[in-house]
Amino acid sequence: MSSTDCAIEAHQLVKTYAVRGSKPRGHARGIRALDGLDISVPRGIIYGLLGPNGAGKTTTVKILTSLARPDAGTARVEGIDVLARPARVRQVIGVVAQRSGADPTATGRENLMLQGRLYGLRGQDPRARADELLGHFGLTEAAGRLVKTYSGGMQRRLDVALGLIHRPAVLFLDEPTTGLDPEARTAMWLEIARLATHEGLTVLLTTHYLEEADRLASRLAIVDRGRVVTSGTPDELKGELRGDVVHVELPADTDASLVRNVLAGLPQVRDVLIAGRDVSARSDDGAAAVPVVLAELQRAGIHAASVAVARPSLDEVYLRHTGRRYSESAALGPDADENERELMEATK
Amino acid sequence: MATEQLNSGQLNSVPSGPADLPAGPRPAGPSGRVPFRTALAHTWYLTGRKLHALVRQPWVLAFSVVQPVIWLFLFGQLFRKVIDIPGFGYHGTYLDYLVPGLIAMNAMSNNMWAGMTMIEEIDRGTLNRFLTSPASRIGIMNATVAEQAVSTTVQSLIIVVLGLAGGARYHGGVAGVAVMVAASIGVGVVFGALSNAVGMTLRSREAIIGVYTFFMLPLIFLSSAFMQTRLMPGWMQAIASRNPLNWVVQIGRSAVSAAPDWGAIGVRCGGLLVLAVACVAVSVLTFRSYSKNV
Repeated sequence: MSSTDCAIEAHQLVKTYAVRGSKPRGHARGIRALDGLDISVPRGIIYGLLGPNGAGKTTTVKILTSLARPDAGTARVEGIDVLARPARVRQVIGVVAQRSGADPTATGRENLMLQGRLYGLRGQDPRARADELLGHFGLTEAAGRLVKTYSGGMQRRLDVALGLIHRPAVLFLDEPTTGLDPEARTAMWLEIARLATHEGLTVLLTTHYLEEADRLASRLAIVDRGRVVTSGTPDELKGELRGDVVHVELPADTDASLVRNVLAGLPQVRDVLIAGRDVSARSDDGAAAVPVVLAELQRAGIHAASVAVARPSLDEVYLRHTGRRYSESAALGPDADENERELMEATK
Repeated sequence: MATEQLNSGQLNSVPSGPADLPAGPRPAGPSGRVPFRTALAHTWYLTGRKLHALVRQPWVLAFSVVQPVIWLFLFGQLFRKVIDIPGFGYHGTYLDYLVPGLIAMNAMSNNMWAGMTMIEEIDRGTLNRFLTSPASRIGIMNATVAEQAVSTTVQSLIIVVLGLAGGARYHGGVAGVAVMVAASIGVGVVFGALSNAVGMTLRSREAIIGVYTFFMLPLIFLSSAFMQTRLMPGWMQAIASRNPLNWVVQIGRSAVSAAPDWGAIGVRCGGLLVLAVACVAVSVLTFRSYSKNV
């Protein structure tokens, strides 16, 4: 991909946060948040950065949005060098950070109008643009209310509106649905999906939800311990795992070794796993394998209770590239904000 | 949800490329440097945000002067014989003597909590939102200075009025009171800017409290707020003459006296102004260290 096609290009980003109180004899030890991260994001798509908390997603966003300076590496947004010309970059990006950032003691409209003025809207423009966005995000009725009275979902929609006030070329969405209830999350997904339909807008979305990345991102990079371990479209990533998973549910009193013997001999399936009554096996073509599997089981006198074919999930992609189950990594820090706070505490 | 209310026409009008950024001057020039006019405009907008919040919670301001008002009447009564000490050399009541001291003390004390607001804005993400926008760094700091100036003025005037009600007299008239209040703004800016710098660098409320306890009472008692410096031991006098809080007390006391020493007032105001500009500059520079560790 040549640089002119890229909305975002980052090369070998390294960022270490100092840990206060642990400097053994001049050796600065710290938390290495980024360890040579590379990404290139084509224009006009939603690009997902997927990884567990603490993987380095937020640090990446902070560097790309000119907030933090990396220890090493280069970054360009819309072709502009972030380190050399941060002020130029700020003109073309919109940022929706993990923490709201909206002023709770001001109204939604006041927040938007101030944001518009800071981006250089003049005269009647800030108000007109604020009202337009309030309407777009379903906040017209709440426009004159103080933001501290907003629900979590409303605040998040206001945050996105704040990021869009100046019609940016690139929008950064850092964990946009963390902390939202399922209903508000679904609503936010619809909003984000709609953003992508606009020609020209590039969205960099970070998330630790596999489902969110799968649903929204047309390309994604899996980030682990400060590096990109793999990237591609969700289908490409899952396709690398070669094939589908065939799940068979057995009757209660089935002999597992018999099942294994039956399935092991079939060329259509491999990697047979039996856990209790559940059997899963990989197949290059799940749909074609199902009738064969069922017929062979039947011949051995086993009547399957149910059968299903599934495409491999991102969870399996993550497992393959990091050697860990995603759910195990995520369990380390279920609350993103909490995790970031811990990092901040550690940097003090 | 908004989804249902939308048609494709509205959709097209929302985000798109940088080409349809509104016409008019772009805030940053090609060099990426924010021009002076933008800094001024941003100071104005961001100050408006702060003052709006202040107006919505006026009781916070009133509540913050409770402590100095208690000191005013308690100390005014408790120490009223102090002026009879030989060598005290003050013509007037102890309450007259005390008001300029308490105004300076209140200005310093309240502004030293500015860093708490800064930490709150960092925690909430508001500061980061401004820092990733073209908002002028100088404008961000100026807005906190301007808000502090407004609240310090209101608080100082409350103390002036309550002092008057309690029997204090300001022979220097309105002009004298205005100079006294202006000096209190100056010392407020000095300590407010330092508090912001501490808050942004250390990002810990404990640090703000620590700085407060370390400086507040020593600087008060190393000034002429409660006691004439000429009655202090020599080493205390030496520190007091270099203590900006003491300059403010002396400016105020002289300005509201029957015969202000405008020369001395001018020199001390000049010193205070230089110090205030330096402290605000330091707090603006703190953004750099912030971006290294954010």
